[in-house]
Amino acid sequence: MPKEPVAVVGIGQTKHVAARHDVSIAGLVREAAVRALEDAGLTWSDIDAVVIGKAPDFFEGVMMPELYLADALGAVGKPMLRVHTAGSVGGSTALVAANLVAARVHSTVLTLAFEKQSESNAMWGLSLPVPFQQPLLAGAGGFFAPHVRAYMRRTGAPDEVGSLVAYKDRRNALKNPYAHLHDHDITLEKVRAAPMLWDPIRYSETCPSSDGACAMILTDRDGAARAPHPPAWVHGGAMRSEPTLFAGKDFVSPQAGKDCAADVYRQAGITDPRREIDAVEMYVPFSWYEPMWLENLGFAEEGEGWKLTEAGVTELDGDLPVNPSGGVLSTNPIGASGMIRFAEAALQVRGRAGEHQIDGALRALGHAYGGGAQFFAMWLVGAEPPPG
Amino acid sequence: MRDVAIVAFAQTAHRRRTDELSEVDLLMPVLHEVLGATGLKANEIGFTCSGSADYLAGRAFSFTMALDGVGAHPPISESHVEMDGAWALYEAWVKIQTGEADTALVYSYGKSSPGRVRDVLTRQLDPYYLAPLWPDSVALAALQAQALIDAGATDEGALAAVAARNRTAAAGNPHAQLAGDVPAGDYLVHPLRTGDCPPIGDGAAAVVLAAGDTARALCARPAWIRGIDHRIEAHGLGVRDLTDSPSARLAAERAGAFERPVDTAELHAPFTSQEVVLRQALRLGDDVRVNPSGGALAANPVMAAGLIRLGEAAARIHRGESDRALAHATSGPCLQQNLVAVLEGESAHA
Repeated sequence: MPKEPVAVVGIGQTKHVAARHDVSIAGLVREAAVRALEDAGLTWSDIDAVVIGKAPDFFEGVMMPELYLADALGAVGKPMLRVHTAGSVGGSTALVAANLVAARVHSTVLTLAFEKQSESNAMWGLSLPVPFQQPLLAGAGGFFAPHVRAYMRRTGAPDEVGSLVAYKDRRNALKNPYAHLHDHDITLEKVRAAPMLWDPIRYSETCPSSDGACAMILTDRDGAARAPHPPAWVHGGAMRSEPTLFAGKDFVSPQAGKDCAADVYRQAGITDPRREIDAVEMYVPFSWYEPMWLENLGFAEEGEGWKLTEAGVTELDGDLPVNPSGGVLSTNPIGASGMIRFAEAALQVRGRAGEHQIDGALRALGHAYGGGAQFFAMWLVGAEPPPG
Repeated sequence: MRDVAIVAFAQTAHRRRTDELSEVDLLMPVLHEVLGATGLKANEIGFTCSGSADYLAGRAFSFTMALDGVGAHPPISESHVEMDGAWALYEAWVKIQTGEADTALVYSYGKSSPGRVRDVLTRQLDPYYLAPLWPDSVALAALQAQALIDAGATDEGALAAVAARNRTAAAGNPHAQLAGDVPAGDYLVHPLRTGDCPPIGDGAAAVVLAAGDTARALCARPAWIRGIDHRIEAHGLGVRDLTDSPSARLAAERAGAFERPVDTAELHAPFTSQEVVLRQALRLGDDVRVNPSGGALAANPVMAAGLIRLGEAAARIHRGESDRALAHATSGPCLQQNLVAVLEGESAHA
């Protein structure tokens, strides 16, 4: 029996900021969930199950917070699953929820991801050492900077490509009312003049620490027919993982990312992603990851990703807009960041992305990664239902 | 729904401390054992899912190193729940239901020895109102036990009998940490004595799931999952009737547990009093063999103990000792969240 088609009929986000002192964790997640329900024209009683994700628990200092959040998310009496796949978790969480609908286990599922990073310190939350294992070298930037340098050496990309990405994403964020960073005075010179944090990554090329939540309502064909607004349809979704450390690992372009994208494209019938995909929301926590992932996701030949960025192809008005929302560089509630990518892709094909809408976006890719660039989660959504 | 079965199960010997072993060291033997039992290699498995909790390891992303032990190259289709492995099994079962996988490897592990697990589990509580008071897992279970005694549903003697029966059964379980004649002991938190509480220990478990004919090819007598469901209740203890478990009852109903009698039940009841609640909610009569493995009172590796219930129930079906078994897992304080699966051997289905 073929899978049930899965539709995204509701999306809700909080305004992402450095610290939401006005709400508890429960208040934060409920805000996003209520907005998603309103978008879907549904109430709590229409929800069959809740799938929640965040990463890791040390960021708020609450172990398995889904237990405490069951009440706030209307999950009492319902099934509730908690997904954790490091930085890719927001994407994985959406895919686990989508599978519940695709498998016809449930008709309508609320999925939500959040992070309230102001409750603690993300950098040190990621830096708890364990004996005989490689420490994460003072936060994620310390881990990823050498791989960015390897990309630059390998491809001969000029030094300023990273700043172009940051400049673009921060300008895009100005059009997204939910984005965390709204720097109205941003200039390319300001990006380039920022202090070096982890060479070659400048402060201006890193993501912020945000408080925020993102929720989606996923439903089946019947649910989509009742939705008050156009749904986004899931045409393909996949997760791939590889070990953190092994001799054959290519940290610049991990095999798991390539395989994950290939699986999604196969499911969605995409043979030429560069031409057939209208918008991409990719997980770019450090600016150089845009050209790196352009190659990893098959939008550019190996060594050519930076040329697309440099030529303006990934700008809001380019022919392959990347992160029209402003991306992770402008908004990073870590556990929610992957789901925001998935949700923003869905907003594009629903035609509901507001000022950062890409005209005529029919197919969009949402992408997330995590761990030591080892966990990948992606989905491709379309304005039309999948064939069959 | 596709027919999906547990076709292999392995667990560690559960021990109070495993200082000499990393989590990967703990896991590797059980991963090799379940894969060996099916003849499958890691890259032939359709989907892999694990359960664990960072707070036990004391570091973020603790599961990433465990994945290295699986041997995930070439890359695999994989996911993780920050929950007991029973819920990882549920996610894997859903994945197989979509048709995207025919087989799944599910594993979970927990090392309680590096910290003080009673204190660690307080961090599961509402962080604003409850957690700052540090009420530990035994104290919360004692509230539930006292509520049961006050309601006339049990007494301390009956609870001691629950402990004795589980640990007597565990004498036949080579993996058990606490087996045989274990004294009732002194009060730990009134009315619970040490004997009413689970041992603190380290351990890991793994199962392999397979669909339809693949399951039949991998296992002489697959344990078919006839139904599986899980439900959560409110977090606040003040808004729950601690003498009942409506979420366990609803999960059992949705899993089809009440359609026909079961002969065996593996209950994830770390405290004797919780077995009293679950027996009633799950309508288990005296003719049902409850916890032939000794249950969580004999070995309670946190985050694996629920998956072990599913594995133990399946193993009895594999061995022909059960035709229809109920397996249960729990999470959260005082049975807040519950999962129920109904497993059957082929002949029971025919």
